[in-house]
Amino acid sequence: MTRRDRGRPPSTRYDRLTHPLVRDEKGGPLRRATWDEALERAADGFRRIRAEHGPDAFGMFSCARATNEMNYVAQKFTRVVMGTHNVDSCNRTCHAPSVAGLSAAFGSGGGTSSYEEVEATDLIVMWGSNARFAHPIFFQHVLKGIRNGARMYAVDPRRTSTAEWAESWLGLNVGTDIPLAHAIGREIIHAGLANHAFIERATTGFEEYAAEVEPWTLSAAEQVTGVPAAAIRDLAHAYATAERAQLCWTLGITEHHNGTDNVRALINLSLLTGHVGRYGAGLQPLRGQNNVQGGGDMGAIPDRLPGFQNVLEPEVRKKFEEVWGTELEPRHGRNLTDMFEAMASGELRAVYCIGENPAQSEADSAQAVERLRMLDLLVVQDIFLTKTAELADVVLPATAAWCETEGTTTSSERRVQRVRKAVDPPGEAREDIAVICELAERLGHEWKFADAEAVWDELRSVSPLHYGMTYERLEEHQGIRWPCPSTERLEPSYLHGRLWETDPARRGRPAPFGIVRHDPPVDLTDDEYPLRLTTGRRLDSYNTGVQSGGFASPLRSGECVELCPEDARRFGVAEGDVVLVASRRGSVRAPVAVVDGLRPGLAFMTMHFPDEVDTNRLTVEANCPIAGTAEFKASAIRIEKPTQQPGAGEDSAAGNEPAAVGS
Amino acid sequence: MDLRIGDGEPTDEERAAVDGLLGPPGSSWEGGDERTQEDLRWARGGREARDRRDLLLPGLHALNDRVGWISGGGLDYLCRRLTVPPAEAYGVATFYGMFSVRPRPATVLHVCTDLACAAAGSGPLCAAVAERLGPAGEAWDGAVWQPSPCLGLCERAPAALAVRAGDGGGAEEGTDPDRARTYAAGVAAPATAESVAALARDPAAAEPEPEPALAVPQFGDPALTLLSRVGVVDPASLDDYRSRGGYRALRRAFALGPAGVIREVTDSGLLGRGGAAFPTGRKWQATASQPDRPHYVVCNADESEPGTFKDRVLMEGDPYALIEAMTIAGYTVGAERGYLYLRGEYPRALGRLTHAVRQARARGLLGEDVLGQGYAFDIEIRRGAGAYICGEETALFNSLEGRRGEPRAKPPFPVEKGLFGKPTAANNVETLVNVLPVLERGAQAYAAIGTGRSTGPKLYCVSGSVERPGVYELPFGATLRELLTLAGVREGLRAVLLGGAAGGFVRADELDIPLTFEGTAEAGTTLGSGVVFAVDGSVPLPQLLLRIAEFFRDESCGQCVPCRIGTVRQEEALRRIADRAGAGGDGGAAADGAADGTAYDVALLREIGAAMRDASICGLGQTAWNAVESAIDRLGACR
Repeated sequence: MTRRDRGRPPSTRYDRLTHPLVRDEKGGPLRRATWDEALERAADGFRRIRAEHGPDAFGMFSCARATNEMNYVAQKFTRVVMGTHNVDSCNRTCHAPSVAGLSAAFGSGGGTSSYEEVEATDLIVMWGSNARFAHPIFFQHVLKGIRNGARMYAVDPRRTSTAEWAESWLGLNVGTDIPLAHAIGREIIHAGLANHAFIERATTGFEEYAAEVEPWTLSAAEQVTGVPAAAIRDLAHAYATAERAQLCWTLGITEHHNGTDNVRALINLSLLTGHVGRYGAGLQPLRGQNNVQGGGDMGAIPDRLPGFQNVLEPEVRKKFEEVWGTELEPRHGRNLTDMFEAMASGELRAVYCIGENPAQSEADSAQAVERLRMLDLLVVQDIFLTKTAELADVVLPATAAWCETEGTTTSSERRVQRVRKAVDPPGEAREDIAVICELAERLGHEWKFADAEAVWDELRSVSPLHYGMTYERLEEHQGIRWPCPSTERLEPSYLHGRLWETDPARRGRPAPFGIVRHDPPVDLTDDEYPLRLTTGRRLDSYNTGVQSGGFASPLRSGECVELCPEDARRFGVAEGDVVLVASRRGSVRAPVAVVDGLRPGLAFMTMHFPDEVDTNRLTVEANCPIAGTAEFKASAIRIEKPTQQPGAGEDSAAGNEPAAVGS
Repeated sequence: MDLRIGDGEPTDEERAAVDGLLGPPGSSWEGGDERTQEDLRWARGGREARDRRDLLLPGLHALNDRVGWISGGGLDYLCRRLTVPPAEAYGVATFYGMFSVRPRPATVLHVCTDLACAAAGSGPLCAAVAERLGPAGEAWDGAVWQPSPCLGLCERAPAALAVRAGDGGGAEEGTDPDRARTYAAGVAAPATAESVAALARDPAAAEPEPEPALAVPQFGDPALTLLSRVGVVDPASLDDYRSRGGYRALRRAFALGPAGVIREVTDSGLLGRGGAAFPTGRKWQATASQPDRPHYVVCNADESEPGTFKDRVLMEGDPYALIEAMTIAGYTVGAERGYLYLRGEYPRALGRLTHAVRQARARGLLGEDVLGQGYAFDIEIRRGAGAYICGEETALFNSLEGRRGEPRAKPPFPVEKGLFGKPTAANNVETLVNVLPVLERGAQAYAAIGTGRSTGPKLYCVSGSVERPGVYELPFGATLRELLTLAGVREGLRAVLLGGAAGGFVRADELDIPLTFEGTAEAGTTLGSGVVFAVDGSVPLPQLLLRIAEFFRDESCGQCVPCRIGTVRQEEALRRIADRAGAGGDGGAAADGAADGTAYDVALLREIGAAMRDASICGLGQTAWNAVESAIDRLGACR
């Protein structure tokens, strides 16, 4: 039996959409339509639903892979044309807690350091991040850092490919990040390694924090996290004594029902040691889509206007109202998670979904599909006929942002970079911005954007963070990191240097310690569901596979449920056996892969092949109350050897053909 | 590190071999049997594990010594221990001629077919061996034989070397009895079909080799300097070495201080004997003055130029001299660690040097406090595994670091970025032992030997058509004729190959060439590594050239295109020429056609040769055409 079948064809092939599609009646088929017909139908629907149910019956899913300019226009459409703040993107399913946590501590939701600083740091902590697979480009910077002499520590339930590069890997229990972070904090305080100069000058709430972490002795943390006390102590001392340290995290921290608390717990460590606001020392949430940072920056989130400006502040609203010639509601809109709940309650009736695939990317996907079906009108604008598009009433063929449009995107290090058009879109596909503007026009708003740069210049005029970034300067500097308030100078590569100022006026608001408590995963393991399932990514695939599934990869082995050798023996299954994986919400069939990086009781799957194995049928819709991100990282499952043929009982299309097993 | 470890499991023997080198594994992540509770929660490694990459080659040796080849399971286990990706380790294992990644018998017999041995009848010998042991490369009764490049036993040609993996029998004399070697090696030279067959049956039972003094025909001559102790001193006895002047030079070095030693060596005019003739004093000065730390000393004992065996004779006959000289080099350039890279085909030299290093350590002449002077220095011996290219210093560094032995682009030069990217003084064995008389006698006295620009004594490896083949020591400036007369050149001398395969031929009427760096250069040839191979009419010249071309094709590391392709094309053209010469002689139109073809091939050879010389990364490609060119131009070969 071979794990990797190099001759394996691409898993799922999606062809480009080349013309609009419409559905004449609910339940009927999609048929080809002209642009005029499709746009008219979409505009009609939006107009009618707004008239009947009010502006808040509309929701916009904006695209974290498209340009900043497209995101700006999409949120403007939502706020100006439709008159609601119901705009969000898949950032909600990944890094919304990072944005919320960083905003709460520092007043701004971006990572505090730049990539080059990882190369110049002394210590790198990769917490809940298999960047080797999930962020391979960022990991190149990490490797450069390691070659330059940095030590890397990995905190992850699995011993991942990233962990194999580490000086020390700490294999904690899923969902025990706060106990581990608190124990590290307590050890730093008790060892006299806390940076009191920084704490006194730039933070608030230290006493309360010290009291909160006091119970988390090394041995108490060992009991809860499973990590040996010596390993925790070692990491605490390494982090506190490093002259520069970078604390990086990904979805292992955020995709929990208390994701924002997790983020706060990590930020606390940087406040305790002064590892923020200096060159080489900082906090880095590693973001996934090429422009998930930019989407939020552009205001494609329900609580912030472009440039991270709070919807609730009258001054801010006034500025935008003047520029946009409209009135803005003084309240937050619904985030992605809330919008799905509003679909269920019938409050949300129309969705304009641009380049997102929530039918497969949401936790508890069966429920998500059911809710999308309840909409009066679903308009999907995409480059592929995704599973979400298959549910749509109107499908509009769009352009691939990275090669068929002009514009900019913003990376995890807040660097705004130009994107240039290299090829023409196929068939009748049209540029996203042009499509949105067409719809706006049909709804009575005639916007004249000559090109992407005109959109960008409007954004610059309302966002001080971006004001200094003209296209010309972006080209000259090969991208510029925000903030960039001046067209004359560039800011340092790191954020929050102000915290080190001696003058309190220039120092600004001190950063508060986050007082957070351990709260174990919602979906508990028990005798019936004895295994902890955690999810993640593999190197060769991208999210729901719509964009990567079409390419053959020698690494790809299709979806499988990864078990450790001990569990494989315990359940009497071998590599390649197709098993039934069941959670309290649903079940799928998947072949078994036996890997060393797991331990008894811990299983792993990805969401890359939802057409074969819909892993998100298993995951739990337990959401972070602050950021709305679901607990993708912790579900309780059981493994069974199937007793019947696939398709006869369980609710999955998976595993129909043995070929999918890769055996 | 991304380790895509395969499914192979090591055998107990392979595990023991690797653990013998590296110690037992620290956790299941490194290949331990049990996945303990702690393993599943905590793994350590990182920099510490990756820093052991240089133990890859010793690890491959450990496997090969124990089981005779390198299996997938064994390689995987070694990779897990060292955090080296198996694909990379496979690339390293397959780089070396002495390793096999396919199963083979425990006993591997290398029958030399290079210049001196070919002249001494290796062709008929191989045929006779094939009759007894079956075709080359095929297992037969627990052994396999294969033709081999030069084994460095040219004074006793033809030669064969057998290595048997596994048992600890037949420990080399001079090795420490409490650390039994895991393999046995034996030599037959001069070899007969009978002695080779016996060697294949039991390498450990081979006749003991004659003492190295027999390789020194001038033995007893009071004028000898470098060879004065060979055959006189007991190579196992440090006390004997000291009673014959040993370690006086080191004491003088301490008295002079590093700057003083550099001054003496510079004033002595000592030039590197490895072939490039770079001033040793300047090299040491450049290394010593680098701010980057640590500094390293590397002794290049990868003597692989066909026809060269002087370093072997020195190391076998006077091992402590090299240890002392390396210690002086280390002290001078500010190194605390020296690596002695010894070619894998020299088991006796390995045994004697290993013993000598251990003795020196035990007596405080290596270690934390050398001679009580507060200077710490130690030497590690690393074995090559059959790759001519590793004699190139940067390829040697890569080999030591556990990578494929491919040369690096220069600059940066080794004095700036050498072994492990640190300032390194890399010197040949003969160069290093010359430092002893420089310090013992003083720069002036040393410089008085030889000529103005080539100072000191020089060793020559004389073989081929002479009565007394061996290592000769003459002051620079002696003529080729004097040397050959000393060696008893036979009647019918047709040509002399100077400098080995990378050197050049001179005619029998050019014997008055003075043997100095400048004299040979003026005569349009080179001293190279000191090879003097006398050719008479008994060996067909085209066959000799073909053998040289084969050698380079085989030994090209394949890294750069001019050499990788050029050495193949050169061999093809020479083979066509040799075939025509073999078939020719009928006269008429066929002969005319053959002459045209040969003229075409000679033109092609010149073009290929120019491309290799101009565009190859290292000396191998740059010189691969030298001997052939000189044969065409000076000897009128290929007409």
